[in-house]
Parts: sequence; structure tokens; C-alpha cells
Amino acid sequence: MLHMLLLALVAVVFALQAIKTERLITSAMWLAGASALLATLFYLMGAPQVAVIELSVGAGLVTVLFAFAISIAGEELLDLRPTLPQALSISLTLLALALMGAFSLPLQAGPAAATEPALTQVIWEQRGLDVLVQVVLIFAGVLGLLGLLAEAKAPLAYPVAEEVAARRERELEELQPASELVEEAV
Amino acid sequence: MNVSGLNFILVGVLGLLGVGLYGLMVTRNLIKVVVALQILVKAALLGLILAGNLSGAVNLSQSLAITVIVADTIVAVIGLSLAVQIRRHLGTLDVKALSHLRG
Repeated sequence: MLHMLLLALVAVVFALQAIKTERLITSAMWLAGASALLATLFYLMGAPQVAVIELSVGAGLVTVLFAFAISIAGEELLDLRPTLPQALSISLTLLALALMGAFSLPLQAGPAAATEPALTQVIWEQRGLDVLVQVVLIFAGVLGLLGLLAEAKAPLAYPVAEEVAARRERELEELQPASELVEEAV
Repeated sequence: MNVSGLNFILVGVLGLLGVGLYGLMVTRNLIKVVVALQILVKAALLGLILAGNLSGAVNLSQSLAITVIVADTIVAVIGLSLAVQIRRHLGTLDVKALSHLRG
């Protein structure tokens, strides 16, 4: 039990470091570490399949994606002040945690299910719709990856406001002769 | 009252949720926002596995957790590609730079 407590605490510390650290790539590395620790925790809690998937997807694929995106977008070391005051965000977080804790702690173990079907049976027969949803999601992810890879083919070379201003100027020039005619008539 | 010995795992879930919420509130970098979302989803995953472990339906919780992992990865992909495109078009990753519609 003690090693599970330790794993959970270290995972929380890793997550906090991922938020606190300045550089983006370091943040992604801390996140991968937290993910690996959680995968170990899943294994210890009797969910080996999810542990394997979390380790390969959560700690592997997502980290690669982060590294890829950061290498494209570039490391940006800005001293960004938070929009909310620090004290307000901390107190809001603590309030939310206190509410959640009050509703959920202490845990009570329910009655153990007598016979649980095997994982493959649960996935394919009971939760078949979930698999369909996953397939659709993966297609959406492929489209999203195309967005990540897409070079700026037709970028906004100049901001929209300038474009609108230029068009208005052209329209004004077209209107100019008409108004001169009106003045002559008067 | 049968209090489970796995209470501290729930404390870990709450800790991860707190870190994710705090990160969402304090960060203004778009890629950091995706990191905070990932932390929140990891907390949810841990909660799912914990619930399965307590109720004896481990395989059901594993099946749900796999769905959550897939959805979470897609969220990361789309969020990151949005961040990259925003960086390309606006030249910054600052969330505040997105609020153009002002007066």
C-alpha cells in the first residue's frame, strides 16, 4: 500500500512540475514522467491492459506529439502574467478540491461482482458502440494531424482589418466622382 | 462502515485534478493549456480505474479507460494543431492575443 501512495504522490508532484516549469519541452517531459508513474499505478491496481496503453500512448505518443508541436511552434519564453490573481486561482482550486473531497471521501468498497466477463467480451459485446466512437475519433485525429502538418498554403499575409480598410478606400474612390457630379449640379 | 484502504489513491486523484485546474487558471500559453488538460484527464483515468477496482468491475473500467485514452489523445492532437496554426497566423502562443474582438 505504501508504494502505491508514494507513486500517487510523486505523480502529483510531476504534474505540478509540468505546470510550474518555464520551458515547454521540459513541461512535456514532466508530463510523460507523470504518465509513466500512473501507468505503474494502474498495473498495481489490477488493470494491466490500460497500463500498457497508457504507457505507450500517454507517455509515448502524446510526448512525441508535444515535442513535434513545440519544434514547429517554437519555444516561446514569455513572462506571461496570469489573467487571474494567483491567490484567487489557488483559493478556487482549493474550494473545488474541498467540495469534491467532501462528496467522495471516505471511499467505501462496494460488493465485489461475482463473475465479471473477460475484457475482450466487455469491449466487443457490451461496449461495442464505444469501439465505433473510437474509430470515428481516430479519423478526427488524423484530420487534426493534417492540420498540424499543414504548411501555411494561403496564409493571411496581412491582417483582416487592413484588408477591410483597403476595400473601403477603393469604394470611397469609386464614390468620389459621383459626389463631385452632385456638387456641380448644385 | 467498510472504509477502503484505497482512500489515498482518491487523494491522488484529487491532487491531480487540483493541479490540472490550477494549471488551466494560471497558464496563458496555449501548449501549456493542453498539458493541463492532459493532467485533468489522467486524474479522471485514475478515478475510473479506482472505481473499477472498488466495485469489482475492473474489466468494465478498463474498457471505459481505453475509450477515454483514445479521446484524450485526439483532444491533444487537435489542441496542438490549433495551437500551431494560431502561432503561425498570429505569431504568438498567448491566449490573450486571441481576443481580437474588442471595441
